[in-house]
Amino acid sequence: MKGAPRLLEQAAEPILRPVDTFRTVLGRELTLAYRRPADFLNPLFFFLVVTSLFPVAISPLKETLMLIGPGVLWIAVLLSALLPLSTHYGQDFDDGTLEQYLLSGQSLVAICIAKTVALWLVAGLPLVLASLVVASSYGLGPTVFATLSITLAAGSYALCALGAVAAALTVGMQRASALIALLVLPLMVPVLIFGTQAVSLEATNMVSKGPMYLVLAVTGLAATLCPLATAAALRISME
Amino acid sequence: MTRFSFEVRDVSVQRGGRTLLTGFQLMVNPGEVVHLVGPNGCGKTSLMRVMAGLVTPSAGAILWCDQSLPSANTVFQQNMAWLGHHAGLKADLTLRENIEFDNALRRGHSKARLDEVLNGLGVSHRADVSARGLSAGQRRRLALARVLLSDARLWLLDEPFTNLDSAGQAYVRDLIAQHAKSGGSCVFAAHQDIAIDDVELRRLEWAA
Repeated sequence: MKGAPRLLEQAAEPILRPVDTFRTVLGRELTLAYRRPADFLNPLFFFLVVTSLFPVAISPLKETLMLIGPGVLWIAVLLSALLPLSTHYGQDFDDGTLEQYLLSGQSLVAICIAKTVALWLVAGLPLVLASLVVASSYGLGPTVFATLSITLAAGSYALCALGAVAAALTVGMQRASALIALLVLPLMVPVLIFGTQAVSLEATNMVSKGPMYLVLAVTGLAATLCPLATAAALRISME
Repeated sequence: MTRFSFEVRDVSVQRGGRTLLTGFQLMVNPGEVVHLVGPNGCGKTSLMRVMAGLVTPSAGAILWCDQSLPSANTVFQQNMAWLGHHAGLKADLTLRENIEFDNALRRGHSKARLDEVLNGLGVSHRADVSARGLSAGQRRRLALARVLLSDARLWLLDEPFTNLDSAGQAYVRDLIAQHAKSGGSCVFAAHQDIAIDDVELRRLEWAA
């Protein structure tokens, strides 16, 4: 029965704290995004094109634009942020990085959180900033900027967190993008409802705190629970 | 090197609903090198993935120091290095960045040790260029650098000689021999016959 003491001895090997794992993976993901600017430029251009088509197709009248503005911005952000999801874990799977992550002996949840945060910084945050610019052209004044940016920032993070679960579940599948959209978008409906409501209320000078808090609550839930689900989904997908 | 034991006990392996292996037994002690031989499609890679803990066996257990996976996963993973079919390299990063990342996630060796390993593998002259232009053999060498830097006691290498030229193959044989002499052990799958100087290979062969 020498097994136990040997195990204890070996457990003294250096193991990273989850926060160090997080920092290492986040650093690499951001370096990769910097080397591949298409990763954040594609969703951004898609967003700008979609939002500029609505006034052309519906009406350039200020009243109409103000009415549809919050909804258009929200839907455009959600659709644009879906674009990079199919490669989120797909590339790591294809090149063998995912195997190394699973066998690294480090916290897979910390790795998943780092990848989600990197995804949001690369594909979510630029959209939030761009939406402030587009909002002005929809006649939504600076009064809504705070509510718009807070709800969109939170909402897009929730989408990244939920999208990561879907991306992890569909890893290794061919043409997973449509499936990811089908899995994620229905789950985003509550966030979309509360988010657009908050911005619309703010635009008409009413109290928008209630729906905004609901968006933040759903995001908090997604941000804490989704990494656990993502890590479990990755383990299953690798089998 | 610390004493350890690695055991594959009564393992059955399935792939795509087909049973490839049943009742597979293997006990690996320090200093031992095991060569899995078999034709394509006989389940070598599937078995290697089961041994690495990437896939749960449909029956049986994998034991590290008499404790079964997955409960011993963390200790096992810190003492095991895996070389799969894919090198796990990012084409947009340089060779050094790729290796430094793995190093940060695993052992945290000094820069001098990284340079030494890259030198030994004959890829140091390309260390600061993007991994995009690497040949399949160079990718293999870099994946081996990761195995070396892991300081793992047990190496699980799936087709380590694939895509390597004769010098590269000789180098890998040397690495395995050195590893075995220093008390480590290695299980590798390769469909060709391999002889390693000064090392007694245990050959496990089966048909499709």
